Amino acid sequence: MDMNQYLSMFIDESNDHLQSLNENMLQLEGNPEDLGIVQVIFRSAHTLKGMAATMGFEDLASLTHKMENVLDLVRNEKLKMQDYIFDTLFKSLDALESMVQDITSGGEGKADVSAIVASLQAIESGEWTGGKAPAAAATTKPVESISSAVDLDEFQYSVLDQSIAEGHRVFYIDVLVSEDSQLKGVRAYMVFDLLERSGEVVKSFPTVQDIEQEKFERSFSLYYITTKEAQELEKSILSISEIESAKVIQLDQETLQQMTNQAAAAVEAETVAIATAVSQEVATAVKIEEKPAAKPAAPTKQAAAPSRTIRVDIERLDVLMNLFSELLIDRSRLEQLASETGNNDLSDTVAHLSRVSSDLQNIVLKLRMVPVDTVFNRFPRMIRDLAKTLDKKIDLVITGAETELDRTVIDEIGDPLVHLLRNAVDHGVESIAERVAAGKPEMGTVNLRAFHSGNHVFIEIEDDGKGIYREKLLQTAIKRGVVTEEQGAKMSDDEVNQLLFAPGFSTADKISDISGRGVGLDVVKSKITSLGGNVTIHSTPGKGTNFSVQLPLTLSIIAAMLVRVGSEKYAVPLSSIVETAIVQREQVRNIHGNKMITFRESLIPYLSLNEVFGVPDFNDEDESETEIVVIRKGDRLAAVSVEEFIGQSEIVLKSMGTYLPSIEGISGATILGDGQVALIVDPNAFIK
Amino acid sequence: MEEELKVIVFKLGSEEYGIEVEKVQTIERMMPITRVPKTFSFVKGVINLRGVVIPVIDLRGRFSLPETEYTDQTRIVIVAVGDMQVGFIVDAANDVIDIKSSAIDSPPEVVGGVKARYLRGVAKLENERLLIMLNLHEVLNKSEVVQLESVEG
Repeated sequence: MDMNQYLSMFIDESNDHLQSLNENMLQLEGNPEDLGIVQVIFRSAHTLKGMAATMGFEDLASLTHKMENVLDLVRNEKLKMQDYIFDTLFKSLDALESMVQDITSGGEGKADVSAIVASLQAIESGEWTGGKAPAAAATTKPVESISSAVDLDEFQYSVLDQSIAEGHRVFYIDVLVSEDSQLKGVRAYMVFDLLERSGEVVKSFPTVQDIEQEKFERSFSLYYITTKEAQELEKSILSISEIESAKVIQLDQETLQQMTNQAAAAVEAETVAIATAVSQEVATAVKIEEKPAAKPAAPTKQAAAPSRTIRVDIERLDVLMNLFSELLIDRSRLEQLASETGNNDLSDTVAHLSRVSSDLQNIVLKLRMVPVDTVFNRFPRMIRDLAKTLDKKIDLVITGAETELDRTVIDEIGDPLVHLLRNAVDHGVESIAERVAAGKPEMGTVNLRAFHSGNHVFIEIEDDGKGIYREKLLQTAIKRGVVTEEQGAKMSDDEVNQLLFAPGFSTADKISDISGRGVGLDVVKSKITSLGGNVTIHSTPGKGTNFSVQLPLTLSIIAAMLVRVGSEKYAVPLSSIVETAIVQREQVRNIHGNKMITFRESLIPYLSLNEVFGVPDFNDEDESETEIVVIRKGDRLAAVSVEEFIGQSEIVLKSMGTYLPSIEGISGATILGDGQVALIVDPNAFIK
Repeated sequence: MEEELKVIVFKLGSEEYGIEVEKVQTIERMMPITRVPKTFSFVKGVINLRGVVIPVIDLRGRFSLPETEYTDQTRIVIVAVGDMQVGFIVDAANDVIDIKSSAIDSPPEVVGGVKARYLRGVAKLENERLLIMLNLHEVLNKSEVVQLESVEG
C-alpha cells in the first residue's frame, strides 16, 4: 500500500495532536478535576492511535493505546490525576514526539518504550498506589459472563424494549473467533452478514468499523432483534468456519434492564480481557454521552476547530514570492520606461499597475506571515519541566502570541528564544528561599511578549528575578579578559549589559546542564543579527531583567537607499539609516588612526565605502565635500561616505547563489529597474 | 562498451576545452557584470540572468592565464554543479561535438602546473585537434584557492 502521500498528512496531524495534548495536559495539571479536559485529551490520543495504526506504526499505536487506557480510567472517575500520573503521561508524550520526529526524518518511528509502557500499565492496573483491588491484569481469558457487558444508549434501549414488547426476540450474542484465525475481520463480517439476513443488529461491541478493521481480540458481542430461535442462531453462527463459540442469550424486558443497569453500575478498575476493555471503552463512551455533567465544553471546542484555513506547501509560497519579486522588478522597469517615453497613456497604465501591485505585494508578504504562537506554544511545557528541575516556581505569561512574523524568521527565532527563556529561569529568577527573603512572591514571573512597532516585531522576555548587577558583570568580564578595567569604567550600563553577549562569557559559578558554558548568548546574538534584528537588555538590580529582541517584519523585500560610488551602485537598508548629510573634507578628523566625524555633538566613526569595497574609480579623499549616510546598529552610529545618493526604492533581496563565500559588508544582491545588479550593503559589518 | 559524450567546446586563447552538455545550462553573450568586492580575483562579479543573480568567473584568471580584452566572441557559459550555478567567461563557444569516451586520454603529467588539477583528460579529435576535458568539481573547488592566495601573500 502506498502510504507516502499520506505520510506528510500524518506527520502534520500528529504534530497538531501532540501539540494539543501537551497544551491540554498542562491545563489539566492546573485543574486536575476538570474531566472535560480529560475528554479532549482522550479524543486526541484516540485519534492519534487510529492514525498510527492505519499507517502501520506499531510502537506509536501501542503506546498511545496504553495512554488511552489510563485516560479512560480517569475520565470514568476510576482514577484521580496525581503527580506521578502526570509525569508518566508527559514522559509518554515526549516518547511519542520523538517517534514522530523519527518518522518525519524518514525513520520507522520505532522506539523502546517498554519502561513507559510498564509504568502506564502499572497505573492502569492500580499497582502504583497498591491500595486498589489487585490487578487481575490483562488475561486473555475469553469473557464467559455477561456481567461486565455493554451498555446501550436510551434510544437503543427503547428500541430493544419495544421489540420485546411487540413479540420479537431480542438476543445478546457473544461470538468468539478461534485463536488461529487469520481473518478475524472477515469471520466477524460473515457473522454479521448472516445475522442481518434474518434480523437486525441494534448495537455491536466493538463498533462495526472497529470489527471490520480487526480492532478486537477474539470476541465481539451484539444486540440482535429477530424472530428466530436462539438455538437456530447459535447453530448457524457456529457453522461459519473459525468461529469457536457463540453464546446466544435471549433477553426479556427484565434481563435487558438488568444488563444495562449492571453496566451502569460501577465496574471494577481492572480489566479482565482486552476485548472487554475495548467494549468497555465504547460502553463508557456511550455512558459519557448520557451524563450531562460530563458533557464538557470540549465538543464545542472541537467543533470550533475546523477553522477556515488551508494547508499550503511552503515551497509553493516561496515560488509565489519569487514570481512576485520578478513582477516588482518589471514594475520598476516599466516605471522607468514610462517616464522616458513620455507617453501619457502608458504612464497612466503603469501608475495603475503600480497601485495594484503594491496591494498585491502587501497580501503576498502577509501570506508568509505566521503567528509567533507556533514558536511560543512549546514554551509552557519547557518552562514547567525546567522549573521542576531547578525547584523553582515559575509562571510563564505569554502575551501577543497572535503577532505575526515572516515564516523564515519564525523558523530561526525558536532556538534563541529558548536560550533566553532558560536564562531567565536559571539565572534571572531566584530560588524560592531567596525570593521569600527578598520579600518577593514565591512564584517567579517570566513575561513573554510579542508586539508590532513600526516596521519591526519586538519579542521581549522579562523576568522579575534578581536583575543584573553591573559590578559583578564587569568583574567577570574583566576576569575573562573580555574588557579591561579602564574600558569597563567608561562603559554605560547598557554597554555593560551587552557584555553578556560576548563569546566565552558566563557569570554562572557552576556549569549546569542548563547554562553556564558561556556559549549560548553570543550565538543568540549572532543568530538574531543574521535575521536582521538586534537584542537589547534593560535591567534593574534586584527587580528583574528585560531582554528585548527586535526583528524586521519581512525579509525579502526591503526599503533601501540607493547610492552610487564611482560607477557602482549599492543599496543600504533604510531601517539602518538615521540620516543622510553632506560633510566637508575638513570635518573628517583623524583620531588615533581612525577616521571620525562629529555628528550631533558626538564623535562617530567614519568609513569610506570606496575604501571598504575597493571601488576603483572614486576616492572620497579627492573630494572637497562628500555625501554621507549615518547608519545605526542598536545605539551605535557610524558614517559611511558615498559619492551620490540616487534615491529610495523598494528592493527585492536576491540570493547570490551558493558558489560565493559570504562577503563581509555585503548581505545580498538586488536587481535594479534597469536590469543591473546592485549589491546590498550590510551595515552591521561597519559597526563592530 | 563505447560511450558517446556530447560536449560543449569553448576556447581560451588557442586551446579548446570541453564540458559535457548536461552540466551546461546556457551560453550567453557578454553582459554587464557587477563587481563583487573582497573576493577571489578571478571572480569578476555577478550578472542578472533573467532575474537570477549568478556569479561569474574568468576562467583565464582561474587557470592563472593572462587575462585579455573581451571581444564580441566572448561568451559566458553557465554551468550547474549540484545546486551551484556559476558562469565562466570564455573567449568563444560555438561548437557541440560527440566524442567517444575511448578517445579521452588521461591528462599529461604537467609538472607544478595549476591547470593539471582541473583536467579530467585530453580528447583527440580529427585534424589533430585536442580537446581538454575539464573537471568541474575542481574548477569550482574553493578550498584550494584559499591556500593558493595565501601563498601568494
